[in-house]
Parts: sequence; C-alpha cells; structure tokens
Amino acid sequence: MYSEKVMDHFNNPRNTGDMENPDGIGHVGNPVCGDIMELYIKVKDDIITDAKFKTFGCGAAIATSSMVTEMVKGKSLADALKISNKAVAEALGGLPAIKMHCSVLAEEALSSAIDDYLKKNPTRNTDALRKLHKTPHHEETE
Amino acid sequence: MQRIYLDYAATTPTDPNVVQAMLPYFHDAFGNPSAIYSYGQEAKNALEEARGKVARLIGARDEEIIFTSGGTEADNFALKGAAYANQKKGNHIITSAIEHHAVLESCKFLGKMGYKITYLPVDKYGLVDPDSVKKAITDKTILISVMHANNEIGTIQPISEIGKIAKEAGILFHSDAVQTAGHIPVNVNELGVDLLSMSGHKLYGPKGVGVLYTRKGSKLTPFMHGGGQERGRRASTENVPGIVGLGQAAELAGQDLEGETQRLIGLRDKLISGIVQKVDRTHLNGHPVKRLPNNVNISVEFVEGESMCLNMDIVGICASTGSACSSGSLEASHVLLAIGLEHVQAHGSLRFTLGKWTTEEEVEKVLEILPRIIGKLRAMSPLTKNLSPG
Ligand code: FES
Repeated sequence: MYSEKVMDHFNNPRNTGDMENPDGIGHVGNPVCGDIMELYIKVKDDIITDAKFKTFGCGAAIATSSMVTEMVKGKSLADALKISNKAVAEALGGLPAIKMHCSVLAEEALSSAIDDYLKKNPTRNTDALRKLHKTPHHEETE
Repeated sequence: MQRIYLDYAATTPTDPNVVQAMLPYFHDAFGNPSAIYSYGQEAKNALEEARGKVARLIGARDEEIIFTSGGTEADNFALKGAAYANQKKGNHIITSAIEHHAVLESCKFLGKMGYKITYLPVDKYGLVDPDSVKKAITDKTILISVMHANNEIGTIQPISEIGKIAKEAGILFHSDAVQTAGHIPVNVNELGVDLLSMSGHKLYGPKGVGVLYTRKGSKLTPFMHGGGQERGRRASTENVPGIVGLGQAAELAGQDLEGETQRLIGLRDKLISGIVQKVDRTHLNGHPVKRLPNNVNISVEFVEGESMCLNMDIVGICASTGSACSSGSLEASHVLLAIGLEHVQAHGSLRFTLGKWTTEEEVEKVLEILPRIIGKLRAMSPLTKNLSPG
C-alpha cells in the first residue's frame, strides 16, 4: 500500500528524537485519527539549521514527519512555510488517499514549530511571515 | 525470508487435503446439482455429503444446513430473514455492541427500516451478561443475536445461558460462530441456538462459502430469490467445489479438535505472558480464560498499531491491529472501545491469531523481535517523555 520511499523513511526515519534547546517546538494532534506529532527546529538568521521530530502515529505519519524534517533543513523560514502537505507526499512518491491527512499533520507540525519560534523571536520579518503562515494551502486528497 | 503468518482469524490457508477434495468438482464432476443426468447427480451427491459433514460438526440435522456465500451472507440472512419473517410478531432485535460488522451493519440497516435495535454493552473482558439479555426482552422482541466468540479479542460468550433465556421467551436466537466452528466445540443443541453462522475460510476451507444453520421450524424469509436450491431458502446454483471443500474442512476440524485446542492454548499463553513480561506497559485485551485458543490481543502503550504491524511485516511477521489508523474508516475498533479502552490504548492494539501451522519457534521469534520494534517506536514517540524506551 505504501511506496518504496515511504517504506524507506518509515523503516529508517531521519531526524528522530529530542533536540537540546530547540528554537521552536511544534505540537499538533491529528483530529482524524487521534495521532500526535512533535517537531523541533533550530533557527539561525532566519534559516532552519536543524529539525527533529517525534511521532505517535501510523506509517504515513512517521514517513511524512521524517521527510518534512529533511525538506526544511537549510531553508529560510519563508520558504519552509511554503512547504505544503502535498509537496511532502509527492517527495515520498505519493500516499494512499486515505493517508493524505497524515501529511497534513506534518505540514501543521512544521508551521506550528515556526509559529512558536516567531512568538519567541519577534523580528521585523514577523508580520509578513505570520501572514504567510495563516494562508492554508494543504489539500486532503490527491 | 521465512514469513510468519499470525492472522488466522482474518483467513486461513486452505488445507491441502481440502484443495484435493475440491479439485474433481471443477472439471470432471462439474454438473449442475439440479440436473437429472449423471453429471448433475454426481454433484448433487457431493453436495449432500458435504452437508452431512457440516451437520455432524455442529450436531445439526442435514436439512438444517443452508450453504451461503460466506459468513457475512449468513449473518445478513439470519438478521434480515428473521426480521422480515417475524414482522407481524414484533420489531425488536437484541444484539451486542461487539458483534462483527456483518451483524452490526445489518442491524443498522434494519434500524433504518423501522426496527428497534438494542445493543447490549459488555464488561471489560468483552462478556455479555445474560441477565442484561433477559432484561432487554420486550413483547416485541423477535430476535436475539450474540456472537459465539469475538474475532478481535477472542472472548467466548455464555451462549448456552442466553440460549435458555431465548427459548423460555420463545424468541429466535442467532449466534455468529464464524470464529468458533471447527476451533472449539460447537453444538447447536447445547448452545440452544436457532440460527448459527459459519464461514469456510476461517477453518481451513475455501473462501466464498459459508453456512447458515437454521433450526427446523425457524421462520426465515429467503435471502436470495430465484431457483429452488437449498429447499427454496437460498436460490443460486450451488458453489459445489466450495461446498465440498467446506465439508472436507469441517470433517478435518472435527478429527482433532481437543488436541489442537490444547496445543494452541499452550502457544497462545506463551505469547501472551512473553509479551507482557518482556515489554513494560502492555496489557492483554479480552478474557484471560474464556478466550479462543488461538487469540492474542495486546495493547501496547505509547505506540500506534499500524506502525508496529508494518515493522513486523518488514521482517515477515503478519499480524493485525484495531488502531484507527489502519481501519478504512479511521475509527478505532468498536470492540476495544466497548470494553472500555481509551482511544490511545485501542491505537496501540495488536492482534495475533494462531493456527494449524503455527510453531513454537514462530512464537519465540515474535517474542524476540516484537520488543525491539516496540523499543524503536517508543524512542520516537512523543508520549514516552518520562519513560525509558523499551
Ligand atoms: S496518523 Fe493515523 S492514519 Fe496516519
């Protein structure tokens, strides 16, 4: 049911575990099935230098969290906020339709981590980024 | 990779003896049992022989066996057939909260058609209290349907006690015995049932064939209309190879029921105690003793079931889960919720169901691998903050 890429990220998830002194923490729950995802980021000069996650959820949830932490590393906050759940799913070679909601969780965990960072670090950029953050762009189905 | 199949409650491999018995009925003795020439009569004889074998397994008379396309049809037939046939008598049906979807969805459908359905709760082990059945009966009650044993948690219900209550009240009593027939003793008279569902592929027979036992005199509207097959109770040309296979499977199952039961109970309890001892924060679901000999259902805290099953599949172990994530509807198992589990506990449930070809080495392999998988997943679970992994 899952692509090879999904199974690879599921079986060897990248960037799992706690992070010491993260600059931003995202914590989201999946309203559909009740799963929980936490995402931690380190930020320097508006660039995400490191990301880690912890997930209580299905194979797709673990694989999308793993993928999203890979995708954000090295990205500016603005670019990171543009990552949609669809992009994460595509990077994984697609997800079964019924599992798209798990990738939404990954997208939301990321934006919640960035949000947390922005709250703790109000800069001149904040307003523009906040706006970007508020724009919902995820899609539930392919 | 050597695969370890531990999902016998989902389906069993067809026994090679059963396959052998079926083969002649595809090409050689292929006739339509309704035909009067020899091809037809050969098929007809095979059909009746199979009927006798199934009847003997459950202590029924031959003519009380109706072949269906499977357990789901047998359940639908029992529920809807009894509901329609007894409309004048009443419109109330009693069932339990942990029935198979084939019963629950049939009840839901009947509910929409105007019938009143009572869903009895179960205790923390999944047991229906016979007293609650008694109390639920009204003068409008036309059917009671309680499964013999639950497919997810393996709990065996006090069917003969409920049977007595139904008989006293003069109400039809149906039991879904898909998980029990051929696995533990099933005798329709001892159980006191009027209707009983069976499925071929759960007892080493083929898929696509099942049985509805119908006690003589039970009022039931036919499920399929058409030709006069099965004494006019179930139209459609009989699935002769499938039925022959089911007959053969029933005969084989009856041969070493007690020995196989004891063997499986040994393996089951080894697996249960092994997991619970080796892994912290794991709990058995279902009844410790009133339990199918082959059923292990465990909740593992802090991890999700689908991810455990996927990890096991990677190393060749096939098991299932009641987690919302792995159900098509994204809802947690109704059985686990009915026995009082929290959503997150249902999330971490695992079911292993053992069978004829399960060996002690396989059980040991699972006991060696599963704790590692759980440790790996717990290490990345946000719920284990204050717990050492594993
Ligand atoms: S996290 Fe529950 S279905 Fe993916």
